[in-house]
Amino acid sequence: MEKFEKFSGVAAPMPLVNIDTDMIIPKQYLKTIKRSGLGVSAFAEMRYDDEGNEIPDFVLNKPAYRDSQIIVAGDNFGCGSSREHAPWALADFGIKVVISTSFADIFYNNCFKNGMLPIVMPQEVVDVLMQDAEKGQNARIEVDLEAQTVTTSEGESFTFELDPFRKHCLLEGLDDIGLTLEKATAIDTFEGQIAQSRPWV
Amino acid sequence: MSPKTLYDKIWDAHVVHQAEDGTCLLYIDRHLVHEVTSPQAFEGLRMSGRKVRAPERTIAVPDHNVPTTEGRDNPETMPEDSRIQVAALDKNARDFGVNYYPVSDIRQGIVHIVGPENGWTLPGMTVVCGDSHTATHGAFGALAHGIGTSEVEHVLATQTLIQSKSKNMKVEITGKLAPGVTAKDVVLTIIGHTGTGGGTGYVIEYCGEAIRSLSMEGRMTICNMAIEGGARAGLIAPDQTTFDYVKGRTHAPKGAQFEAALDWWKTLYSDDDAHWDKVVTIRGEDIAPTVTWGTSPEDALPVTAEVPAPESFKGGKVEAARRSLDYMGLTPGQKLTDIEIDTVFIGSCTNGRIEDLRAAAEVLKGRKVKEGMRAMIVPGSGLVRAQAEEEGLAEIFKEAGFEWRLAGCSMCLAMNPDQLAPGERCAATSNRNFEGRQGRGGRTHLMSPAMAAAAAITGRITDIREFTAAEAV
Ligand code: SF4
Repeated sequence: MEKFEKFSGVAAPMPLVNIDTDMIIPKQYLKTIKRSGLGVSAFAEMRYDDEGNEIPDFVLNKPAYRDSQIIVAGDNFGCGSSREHAPWALADFGIKVVISTSFADIFYNNCFKNGMLPIVMPQEVVDVLMQDAEKGQNARIEVDLEAQTVTTSEGESFTFELDPFRKHCLLEGLDDIGLTLEKATAIDTFEGQIAQSRPWV
Repeated sequence: MSPKTLYDKIWDAHVVHQAEDGTCLLYIDRHLVHEVTSPQAFEGLRMSGRKVRAPERTIAVPDHNVPTTEGRDNPETMPEDSRIQVAALDKNARDFGVNYYPVSDIRQGIVHIVGPENGWTLPGMTVVCGDSHTATHGAFGALAHGIGTSEVEHVLATQTLIQSKSKNMKVEITGKLAPGVTAKDVVLTIIGHTGTGGGTGYVIEYCGEAIRSLSMEGRMTICNMAIEGGARAGLIAPDQTTFDYVKGRTHAPKGAQFEAALDWWKTLYSDDDAHWDKVVTIRGEDIAPTVTWGTSPEDALPVTAEVPAPESFKGGKVEAARRSLDYMGLTPGQKLTDIEIDTVFIGSCTNGRIEDLRAAAEVLKGRKVKEGMRAMIVPGSGLVRAQAEEEGLAEIFKEAGFEWRLAGCSMCLAMNPDQLAPGERCAATSNRNFEGRQGRGGRTHLMSPAMAAAAAITGRITDIREFTAAEAV
C-alpha cells in the first residue's frame, strides 16, 4: 500500500444520510475481475441515467467536483452489504478520505485495508466542513494524518481521533499482508517444524 | 494437560504467532481457489510485486461460472463476464504456478468435491477457500472455513490467516437413523432445530452414533451446511471410515508416511471431559425425511407436515414467514406432499457425490420422470461423472428422462445459464433456498437426492418412505 501523506484536496459535499454500499457500487458491477476500474461505476445509479448519460446535478458530475479526493457525508456512511467493492470503487475514483459523524463497521475496517482514511467528527464540525465543501474547487480542505487534523480553506483546524495502530499502518503504508510479512521468520520457522512433524502436509 | 476439543487441538497445532489480545496467526495447510472470489486477490499480488508463498499448497479450479453442457471447451458458450472470470483464473493459476484443474481436465469440478476426492483434504489440516461452503472439508476432521477476497490475498501471500478463536459447540445425533433418512435430512433437521443463527460464533463438532455410521459422503453433506446454521466451521472427528477414504488418494501420504500420519490422526478427537460452550442433542430415531418450505434453510419440516402459518412463529419471524410464503406461492395448512414441482436439480457440493447419484439412480431405475418435468443431474466433478458412467448410473438417468450434465455449480447459484424462471418451482439437493438464489423469482425446496428423484417421477414433493413402500406392493 502507498504511504498516506499529508495533502489538500477538493471535498465533495454529500449530506445524504445512510449512503449504503449498494449506492456506492451497485451489484451489477460485482462480476468484475479487478479492484481497479470500478471508479467510473462509483455511485452509478445516482450518477448516470438509464442511457448511461451523466446526471448533471449529481455532485461528482459537477465540474468543480470531478477530481474530488475527499467526501464529506451524512451519518452512517457505508452501511449495507459487506462488499469490499465499495472502498475499491471510491479509491479508484480517487477518494482518499471520507468524513462523517459515523460509519458502518465493516466499511470502516475495509477502508484501512485499502489505504483510505475514514474520519469521524462531531456533527458541528461536519456541518462546518460541509459548508466549506459547498464552495467547490477553490476551497481545498487539508488533511494531515500525522497531526490528526483537518483544516478548512479558511484555515480553521479540527483534530480527530484515530486508533494509533491504524494510524501507524496508514502512515507507513502497511496493510495486513505487509504486517504479517514482518513475521516472515516466524512463518519460516513454523514451516520448518511441520516439515519434520507433519511432512505429508 | 487440560482437556481439549478437536477444534482446540487443530487450532493449537497451527498457531504461528499469538498477539497480546489473543488474535492468532494461523498456518494454512490447503488453500482452495475458484474463479469468482480470487481475481482481485491475484491482482493485489501483482500490484505489490508479491508471489504466492506456497503454490504447492494452493489448488485452483473453475466451477461457479462454467457451463455444464457439452462443448463448453469453447469459451464462446459462456457469457462475456463469466468467460473473463474463468480466463483470469486460467492465467493466474499458470502465472503463479499453483495446482490447477482447468475445464478440460477430468478432475475439474466443484472446489469442495475436488479437494477431498484428490486427497488434498486430510484430517487435522487447516483448509480455507474464498467460499462459505468450505466447511464441507470439516468432515475429515479438518478445520475449514470460508474467507473474503482480502483474506484470499493474505493467504496467497503469507500462507497464514489472522484469526480469533470461536467457541466450541457440540451437536450430538444419538442412536440410529430410520430407513429413508439420509445425511441431508439430518442436517436440515439440525438447522430447523437451531435456526440459521444458532451456530453464530461457534465451531460445531457433530458427533454421536448416527454421525459415526455415516459414510464420508454423508459426513461432507452434514459439514457443508454448518455455515447455513451460522457456524464458522463444522467438524467430525476422523475414524476408520475417514482413514479408509483417504488412503490411496493421489495427494494423500503413502507408505511409511501414511502410517506416521495415521498415528497423529488417531489423536484427533475431543477429550471426554473437554469443555463445550453449547450442546444440542437430537435423537436419530426422531429424524424424518425433511424438506424446506420457505426461503431460509431453517424453514425445514418433516415431509409429512403441512405448510405452517406465519402466526405460529414468534417475533420478526412472523413477518419473514409471511414474506416467504408469499414468495414461495404457498398457503398455510397445505400438505407439503401436495406441492407440485416443475424442475428437479440434483447436484452441488452438498449432494453431488457418487453416493448421492447412486441414491437417485436407485429411485429412478426403470422409471420415467413426469411429463413436462425439467430434470437435470449435475455431477460434482468429472471423476464423479466418469464413475457414474462406469457404474451404469448415467444410463439410468438418461432413460428416466434426466439431462446428464458436465461438472460445476450450475443451478445451485445460477451464475451460469442454468437458472429457474420466475415462479418456477424446483426440488433441489443444494444448500440454499434464498429468494432468487436459483434464478430471479425461482422457488426452491431443499431435500435429499432420493427425495428429489422421487419428486421428478411423481411431479410433487414425495415422502420417499411411501414411494419405496408403494413399489414393494
Ligand atoms: S455448489 Fe453451490 S454452494 Fe457449492 S460451491 Fe458451488 S455455488 Fe457454492
